[in-house]
Amino acid sequence: MSNYQEIISQYRPLLEIIVYGSAVALILIGLYAVLVKKHLVKLVIGLSLIDSGVNLLFVGVGYVTNHTAPIFSPGFETAADKMVDPVPQALVLTAIVIGFAVTALALSLVIRLYRHHKTANVEQLNRLRW
Amino acid sequence: MILLILLVVLAVVLLAAAVYATVQKDLLYAVLATGVVSLALSVFFYLLQAPDVAITEAAIGIALTTIIFIITIRNTTRDEDKYSEDMINRFKTEKE
Repeated sequence: MSNYQEIISQYRPLLEIIVYGSAVALILIGLYAVLVKKHLVKLVIGLSLIDSGVNLLFVGVGYVTNHTAPIFSPGFETAADKMVDPVPQALVLTAIVIGFAVTALALSLVIRLYRHHKTANVEQLNRLRW
Repeated sequence: MILLILLVVLAVVLLAAAVYATVQKDLLYAVLATGVVSLALSVFFYLLQAPDVAITEAAIGIALTTIIFIITIRNTTRDEDKYSEDMINRFKTEKE
């Protein structure tokens, strides 16, 4: 693991470009799916992609070069100053579970809409009467 | 050097799967592509020194999210452009 850390610390700008670029591109692809696609399941897929992009951005912000994972193990009790920031990781751990709950709620609403209107296409849901 | 190649390949797989999930008309394949996105993302989390987040993303993103999406597709339509039979009949009667 230390060998990997040394190698990765030499290419810190390239790592930043890869991680931040992937996160921003994921958010933009999800935004395109939410704004353009007509099917409701595709819209929920776009929301899930935005969620994943934001999680990757947070973990990338908390990363410190040449530092290890924030886990205290036997023999490393005094290594707290050589660990990456644990606060974004705890936030992202919570955000993943909340994102799953949001996806489940949205999909249940999609199923209810399909059973009521007999369609999952946004263009055919224009009359909101029952 | 090989780790940087691994990172670049991971980023390419991540973005290609995300684009495929967006443009694919068959919704079952699109949902499986979101599972590939979560897989690449969990390896990213592990390389960024967040193994607990990687485990959680692998379990929830790959397994549970794919399962509830597939349940939704079973209860709705699989084809993105398919119009429901009842709606087509309703439009025909309205035109007449």
